[in-house]
Amino acid sequence: MTEFTVNGATVRIDAAPDTPLLWVLRDQLDLTGTKFGCGIAQCGACTVHVDGAATRACITPLSAVAGKAVRTIEAIGSTAVGKALQQAWSEIDVPQCGYCQSGQIMSAAALLERTKQPSDADIDQAMSGNICRCGTYNRIRAAIRRAAGIKRG
Amino acid sequence: MGSAKDIDESRRTFLKVAAVAGGGFAIGVMLPGAARFVGAAPAARPFEPNAWIRITPDNVVTLIADKSEMGQGVYTAIPMLIAEELDVDWPRVRIEQAVASPVYANPFLGAQATGGSTSVRSAYEPLRRAGAAARAMLIAAAADTWKAEAAALRTENGTVLGPEGRRATYGELAAKAATLPVPKDVALKDPSRFKLLGKPTRRRDTAAKSDGSAQFGIDVKVPGILTAVVARAPVVGATVESFDAAKALAVPGVKHVLPVQNGVAAGVAVIADSFWAAKKGRDALAIRWKGGNEALSTESMQKDMRALAASRQGALTARREGDVAAATPASTVEAVYEVPYLAHATMEPMNCVAWMKPEGVEIWAPTQAPGVNQFVVARMRNLEPERIKVHTTFLGGGFGRRFAQDFILEAVQLSAAAGAPVKVVYTREDDMRAYHYRPMSLCRFTGGLDANGNPVALAATVVCESLAVGTGAEAALIRKDGVDATSVEGLENLPYAIPNTAVEWIRYSPGVRTWFWRSVGNSQNAFFTESFIDELAHAAGKDPFEFRRALLAKHARHKKVLELAAEKAGWGATLPAGRARGIAVAESFGSFVAQVAEVSLENGRPRVHRVVCAADVGTTVNPDTIAAQMESGIVYGLSAALYGRITFQNGRVEQSNFHDYPVLRMNAMPAVEVHLVPSTEGPGGVGEPGTPPIAPAVCNALFALTGKRMRRLPIEI
Repeated sequence: MTEFTVNGATVRIDAAPDTPLLWVLRDQLDLTGTKFGCGIAQCGACTVHVDGAATRACITPLSAVAGKAVRTIEAIGSTAVGKALQQAWSEIDVPQCGYCQSGQIMSAAALLERTKQPSDADIDQAMSGNICRCGTYNRIRAAIRRAAGIKRG
Repeated sequence: MGSAKDIDESRRTFLKVAAVAGGGFAIGVMLPGAARFVGAAPAARPFEPNAWIRITPDNVVTLIADKSEMGQGVYTAIPMLIAEELDVDWPRVRIEQAVASPVYANPFLGAQATGGSTSVRSAYEPLRRAGAAARAMLIAAAADTWKAEAAALRTENGTVLGPEGRRATYGELAAKAATLPVPKDVALKDPSRFKLLGKPTRRRDTAAKSDGSAQFGIDVKVPGILTAVVARAPVVGATVESFDAAKALAVPGVKHVLPVQNGVAAGVAVIADSFWAAKKGRDALAIRWKGGNEALSTESMQKDMRALAASRQGALTARREGDVAAATPASTVEAVYEVPYLAHATMEPMNCVAWMKPEGVEIWAPTQAPGVNQFVVARMRNLEPERIKVHTTFLGGGFGRRFAQDFILEAVQLSAAAGAPVKVVYTREDDMRAYHYRPMSLCRFTGGLDANGNPVALAATVVCESLAVGTGAEAALIRKDGVDATSVEGLENLPYAIPNTAVEWIRYSPGVRTWFWRSVGNSQNAFFTESFIDELAHAAGKDPFEFRRALLAKHARHKKVLELAAEKAGWGATLPAGRARGIAVAESFGSFVAQVAEVSLENGRPRVHRVVCAADVGTTVNPDTIAAQMESGIVYGLSAALYGRITFQNGRVEQSNFHDYPVLRMNAMPAVEVHLVPSTEGPGGVGEPGTPPIAPAVCNALFALTGKRMRRLPIEI
């Protein structure tokens, strides 16, 4: 039994300790906003926050989150940064197929929590682990800037 | 944008209702006419003049999206067409995804399906008529109620307005309108009066795709659902000789181990109560495979294809104008171009939920072809197609891949065998190795220039697999001359004024299943053609833009986009040292796109800084979506040009995941500008035409920079 919090609520999970957090969220907790893309931390679709840090849930074993606080896309709108990002995503119409966007927003939220006014290089650094096959990168960049209150772009 | 959330809420509720009701086909299912079928009281009967519109007495207007939303924006664009003529309050309109039905057959494709950049092209008039007819019926209902002349009434945002300040909402008129005949002939709005069409309009799926609530196929749950992960033949054409399930069955949560065949590859499925258990079980399987072509390798295929191109054995003529052999050029240019197989690598790996029930099969899938799914599953299970109920979820990318049936057929077979609803999930590695690749292709060119540097002859021999064979679309795609249209599209329709041209195709069949990949044959043929035209321009000592422009006098739309792209890119203006530009233009799916790429080298690798794209897509529905699709097509083509390659060794696919099949990331993303040519032509395609010009534009820029002609993709400097 592994105990941790998800979006503020305490959960106790009965699963093999090597089960990736991703599948605990999706299959056991019905939090399907966090996506499976690659299984080897190459695409970022599964990005969640563990104690505030952007984390690839697909390679994070359940045992590694014992006692920690996990936040997923379903609750990111309850943070000021998350809300601003969702607003910017909406105004710029960032998503196309949308499958990668949970991970994109979670990576962007972790960036803005850390760096209020990110430079382009900061954005590249924080976001290049998140693949988008629809090619929404420029809109993602524009939306991050907008959420951060950066005028240009 | 709270409404998108509502829609998603109703979709989920619907899934629950359907599941709880045991999937009775009429219960909770809003098929066209279904309300009548379940015998609702006449007073509460919704107004459903056709399969795309439902207006209920509570004044909720629901429009049905019958095309698959895979990022290209049809979930918004299709309802916009209806809403424009129906004259409803767009933000309040609800959108619902259609359950598969023959009524939604795409006239371009012969079944309900989304592909070939046909959605708006096929729906533009019919769905506007659907909206206009419904509006006329609502006006007739008001006229009848008020004893007024229909001609004296008008509509505004979902309300009919009459003399003396009379007004009635569509909801109030719904019950009466439902009793009236559908008019055969209705007038459509003049485009000058459009309120929605042609105006940048927010997508209706953005909110749900920004908070995790959008439901993709992989997210579907029904009571008692099990998850299957399949071990598929690792060698092309191999079959299962035997397998030992003991270790797989020992994994906690594993319920069944079953053989399966998806039409392309044989496999053994491990079915468990969670994905992770199924995957652990799959990895623990011991399978003996037999047969298969272990000798197949990319090297052997290249060798075969080059030999065929040289011998021209089995060549079929696709196009011939003038007489290439009789031309007497002052100089000739010869070149051989090659591209590899490509995987689609949609972000959402292939998956499907199927539930075999006594009365039929219920399917939830991220599918581009629900109508084809119905037909193929019906045939496999020996059932009538109407007993196959297909729910289309959001698609986490399509790009042609989700037109295929492999993931559908596996889920149906496994549900039938397991006696439970089953979700098949491909891992990324499974997805990468599931074939359905863009064909590996080779093109050998000979071009001739006269003494003034004008092209007088061009001969092209293409060697590739016939994509059509095995798709079920052979009749539509293989022409009377025997040529698979997809093998030469984007090449045989060469727009340039060259008096003697010959294009031929040689089919090469190494046994690897090929498939539709964003822009299909255009993706490689535009690379071949636009690179070779660039070679001719340089051989003629002419500017590549001016060379093309001079040859496009009879192709105004090509010429216009070419000129616009060049102008906006500052063609000819000096660039900083170490940078160069390249240009390319291509017509595909009824649209015309030119692109100028600006490149440099960084650590010996190409870096694309800026892409200027000019597009003539005819009449537009949602310009913002069109710009997004051009950006998207460029990124997709750029990933392929810079990195994309599926290769074989010992009959096995060598790539497996994003570490060895890289795609473009944020840190390599160029600035992209999209300029639309205003047009009153009919709508052209939008989802694919952005892809073909980017590879040649980049390669032509690299030639300008380095003097090295890139004749193979992915680019290697």
